[in-house]
Amino acid sequence: MKMKFNCLWVAAGITVVTAMGFSGCKPGKVSQEADGDAAEKVYVAPGKYDELYMFASGGFSGQIAAYGLPSGRLLKVIPVFSQNPENGYGYSEETKPMLNTSHGFVPWDDTHHPQLSKTNGQDDGRWLFINGNNTPRIARINLATFKTEEIIELPNVGGNHASPFCTENTEYIVGNTRFSVPLDANSDVSIDSYKQNFKGAASFIKVDKDKGTMNLAFQLVIPGFNYDLARAGKGVSKDWIFFSTYNTEQANTMLEVNASQRDKDFVMAVNWRKAEQLIAQGKGKKVPARYAHNVWNEETHSATSTIKKDVLMLDVKDYPGIVYYIPCPKSPHGADVDPSGEYIVASGKLAAVIPVFSFKKMLKAIESKQFEDQGLETGIPVLKYAAVLEGEVEKPGLGPLHTEFDSEGYAYTSMFVSSEIVKWKLSTREIIDRIPTYYSIGHLSVPGGDNKKPYGKYVVALNKITKDRYLSTGPELTQSAQLIDITGNKMKLLLDFPTIGEPHYAQSIPAALVTKNQVKFFKLEDNYHPYVAKSEKDARVVRKGNRVDVYMTAIRSHLAPDNIEGIKLGDEVYFHLTNLEQDWDVPHGFAVKGANTAELLVMPGETATLKWVPDRVAMFPFYCTDFCSALHQEMSGYIRVSPKSSTLPISYKIGENPIAKK
Amino acid sequence: MKKKSRIIIAISGLLLLSAYFLPLWQIILEAPQYPEGLGLKIWLNNITGNVDQINGLNHYIGMKHIVVEDFIEFKIVPYVFTAIVLTAFLTATIGNKKLLWFLFILLMSFSVVGLVDFYLWEYDYGHNLDPKAAIKVPGMSYQPPLIGYKQLLNFLAGSFPDIGGVFISIAVILVGLTLFMERNIKSLTS
Repeated sequence: MKMKFNCLWVAAGITVVTAMGFSGCKPGKVSQEADGDAAEKVYVAPGKYDELYMFASGGFSGQIAAYGLPSGRLLKVIPVFSQNPENGYGYSEETKPMLNTSHGFVPWDDTHHPQLSKTNGQDDGRWLFINGNNTPRIARINLATFKTEEIIELPNVGGNHASPFCTENTEYIVGNTRFSVPLDANSDVSIDSYKQNFKGAASFIKVDKDKGTMNLAFQLVIPGFNYDLARAGKGVSKDWIFFSTYNTEQANTMLEVNASQRDKDFVMAVNWRKAEQLIAQGKGKKVPARYAHNVWNEETHSATSTIKKDVLMLDVKDYPGIVYYIPCPKSPHGADVDPSGEYIVASGKLAAVIPVFSFKKMLKAIESKQFEDQGLETGIPVLKYAAVLEGEVEKPGLGPLHTEFDSEGYAYTSMFVSSEIVKWKLSTREIIDRIPTYYSIGHLSVPGGDNKKPYGKYVVALNKITKDRYLSTGPELTQSAQLIDITGNKMKLLLDFPTIGEPHYAQSIPAALVTKNQVKFFKLEDNYHPYVAKSEKDARVVRKGNRVDVYMTAIRSHLAPDNIEGIKLGDEVYFHLTNLEQDWDVPHGFAVKGANTAELLVMPGETATLKWVPDRVAMFPFYCTDFCSALHQEMSGYIRVSPKSSTLPISYKIGENPIAKK
Repeated sequence: MKKKSRIIIAISGLLLLSAYFLPLWQIILEAPQYPEGLGLKIWLNNITGNVDQINGLNHYIGMKHIVVEDFIEFKIVPYVFTAIVLTAFLTATIGNKKLLWFLFILLMSFSVVGLVDFYLWEYDYGHNLDPKAAIKVPGMSYQPPLIGYKQLLNFLAGSFPDIGGVFISIAVILVGLTLFMERNIKSLTS
């Protein structure tokens, strides 16, 4: 009895000690503290400028956000694929065509990968490209005006995710399908016929060297896999581009399981120079297609949308030598090329290692035909893994996604599952350091991290989950970016700031490359808008049937005309507002009661149009919405809407203000 | 006239000549909203700089628009000035002392009349305000200083000779000094 009692005590004792032991052994939580001198490193004093611009995608917001680094200050949201009531983008008559597609007006999309234009493999600060994933599109933003200038839709593509990565001199930017679909011409097929009928279409968009204008030059018909990301080669590999693939199982249902069966998927190496030559030789087949091409004209301050009718396609299985597959473990996400162009780092998101492939070895393996049969009937050669492999990064962490590089020979890989960034040495593939991210990092971004000579200094973690990191905002929380110092051997957390939408990817560029081209305002004399009023003498109201055009001007602090009568129910009124100011930072806004659209925000020298269909007989005030001057509150007027039967003629005035006469 | 004097007068002539290509006077305006400043440059026959911006701002206080065509001076002054420059070169060429005096008087009159005229215009713009102006501050006028700085509401206004004006001033001084030297020579030799 006593013995038993003692045993119990001993057992209890052991349990307690063991429990204590375990809790004692619990791996210490890595410090969440920022580096001691972090505040000093990110502080940008009032009136001083940031060192870098960072352009982050807004993800499901459809826009791009420009931040300053290292402060993390939000400088501007650039509207791209989504309507933006803040400045009338997608609401004004001039900007509506920007959002036109072959599906009609599509006022939203999902932006993922900002891509800065490049010259000699370096960011040149001229343009920024970004993909729309949902209704496949690519946009070009002019970094002189921070305006979306062009949007091109991609036919034969479902989910333009592997996009818009650019070649060394921005010869091409690419698009590729994340959800392979049957080509548009033959789309009414059974989903179960996936393997026969579903295809990828790697799209090569030619970019004009001087103007930046885009043209869908050709599409390569490739097997119906899921194409995830891409990077163009540079230096030695400049004629190639590398796409990551998953779902080489070609599953069409329950991809979560069915697309994760094969041990290896592929990095698809494409010799774009060779494809370009074949196209130049007339080998491309002209295939009917329907896609929109929308272009902004800075002289008319208006966009036009054209529906294109065909595209040149080239089936890669008919032309050996364009495409090769490099086996890569477990559904790779990123396929990133190092600054020299020699190494391709692919991250199998379910893999236990990060393979580093050698471009030289790839060429050698192609030459010596080191192919292996993987039982795929694609007709495309699969290179032997070992023949192309330079080496593997062992035990990097869980869920490797993307890799970027600094100029010192180090690589940084984001780990989604283990929520960290791992720093490793490119030459030896040994792990140098790791730092936690809060939480679940997706992409990461080193300034110039895809350039021949990276700018380095920082890495930005772009995180999917923030949970307890900020003051709570209910169930819907922000996502975040984290600025990390990479100048030393150990990475140091400096700053953590919320973002708009989901910052899938970001690119940063030294500020001077962008600021030197900035446009401050538009010259009124260069305004060729068909409804411009270049002075108050031109302000007028013109009726044509039930269409009424109001040629209105804005200057501090009045609108002209500011009294309008003779409008009847059933009329369609177009307010064409020209901002007569010719100075920096003097925008005028315009809003009218009951408008079913949004406001206009008109920059100096610009003309913008709001269509307004009055819904009742009433007196409607309109006013300037941007606090422009000391007498901004006075910048308003009235438009009188009379019954349909009214015979009141159109009349308008500016009021008896002698100053306004000038 | 000594050779040295004639050379100095020739240099003065060249300095005066430069005024055709250089602004004579400048007005600078600074305000919290205009950290980069706004400026007017006055030339022999023109006003340049941020004329439109300044007109745009001045309408609040009811100041008249600055319009180059309103100034008859810009039509006359280039001829007067040409006469002065020609006189300078003529003086340097023939070395006549009476002509030197004439040149000096011409230059002094030009400077004095110019400054008085400038002051009168400033007075006119600063005081003759539109009675219906949006902003009226009792007792406030907006005449910029003839030379120096002055606070006008939120603007600090500065008025100074520009490079062309400085060259003219140097020319006037050189002519004056030459006159002085020649006088001394005369008194010494006679």
